[in-house]
Amino acid sequence: MDLANLLSNYEEAVAMILFGIGFSNLLLQKNLIKKIIGLNIMDTAMYLFLALKGYIEGHKAPIVVDGVQSVEAYINPIPSGLVLTGIVVSVSVSALMLSLTIRLYRRYHTLDLDEITTRLKKEGL
Amino acid sequence: MSKKVPKKAYEQTFSYRVKRWLDGAKDPYLDVVEMKPQPEFKESRVVSEEQKEEKKHLRERIYDTEHNAELRIFRKIYHIFCVMFCVFLMFMLLTAVSYLPTVGHEDRPANNEVSERYIESGLQETGAVNIVTGMILDYRAFDTLGESHVLFVATCTVLILLRLDGKKGRNAVGMEPENDRTFEPKDDVILQTVARILVPPIVIFGIYVILCGHLGPGGGFSGGAIIGAGLILYLNAFGFAKTERFFKASTYKKLSFTALACYTFSKCYSFYTGANHIESVIPLGTPGAILSSGLILVLNICVGIVVAGTMYTFYVMFRKGAY
Repeated sequence: MDLANLLSNYEEAVAMILFGIGFSNLLLQKNLIKKIIGLNIMDTAMYLFLALKGYIEGHKAPIVVDGVQSVEAYINPIPSGLVLTGIVVSVSVSALMLSLTIRLYRRYHTLDLDEITTRLKKEGL
Repeated sequence: MSKKVPKKAYEQTFSYRVKRWLDGAKDPYLDVVEMKPQPEFKESRVVSEEQKEEKKHLRERIYDTEHNAELRIFRKIYHIFCVMFCVFLMFMLLTAVSYLPTVGHEDRPANNEVSERYIESGLQETGAVNIVTGMILDYRAFDTLGESHVLFVATCTVLILLRLDGKKGRNAVGMEPENDRTFEPKDDVILQTVARILVPPIVIFGIYVILCGHLGPGGGFSGGAIIGAGLILYLNAFGFAKTERFFKASTYKKLSFTALACYTFSKCYSFYTGANHIESVIPLGTPGAILSSGLILVLNICVGIVVAGTMYTFYVMFRKGAY
């Protein structure tokens, strides 16, 4: 582990720590809504990481100004497009999971996943 | 049956028998083959109910979280393993990051010839001043088409999962719904005044963001989200009775379908011409003008319509009382 490089890459380290926080939320929380929030934190960490991949210090956003079209002027546009894709997919997935959670809540009147699984098994499903 | 033959004579003909057989009026085996009625299978009622009870008790014993020691121990072990795994994962990721090239440096391997090509000839090839828009709606338009479809499919799934069934207003699970419509119209003066002032600028700003997606920061996704937010504010202030005059579930479906079909066909055209090296008839225009950059403006509008409808539909479905 190269600690000096880790410190100079501290933005990416923050993204990874965020990812870990989101993942532990996803695994450890009992509440379904909190699990979904954990998944969204993971998504956000990925956006941060992707945006940092394309960032170049001192360069501007890739919108052509005054006809300047050189690599030295703009940041990398590809990760920006990938972040857009990620946002759309994350919105869809969150909406789907939340609607499933609403259905579960209507059936069991609780959001505790442990209780829901216990009751499911007691009913023999 | 002809009228000349009397009925008795007709009944003895072959054709009559065939007709009866065809109609199923006579069972050919009845009274001909000896048959014994099968006794109906009956499970002894006492036994089956005892078994059911026993099974139920067994299940309750196994899954009784408070008294089942095994389950408790399993949960503790699960928690410990989860924490260990998360710490291990974070350690691995941080180790990986510590060997990555420095952030913000030009020589990173991500900044290769692909992005160079996009930056250096994107303006000439797509006509869009905003290189990201040119990339996602021209070079990688197939990807964006998939994204719009993902949104549409997600909305359809939410519509299926959360719809309220039928005239009785019961939802699919059979519970009486707590409908938000019963509390409408809310005469919230502050909210209505603010909405009256804010909704038109929000929608106009959203349209601006969509239309200028190829000239500056913006595009279909962000503009559509802004318009959706404006619609949600309007719905909150004035209630369903007002919004349903212009936006229902069927409106959403029609709009989305039209936008997606428009997107698909225009992109089919440009893929066809591009793959066969045919000159496209759609002019690129002067970069920087609002009517420029070929199909990108149309595609942005399509994506904007889909996203705005999706945002609004998500909100409507997630509150109590659907469309």
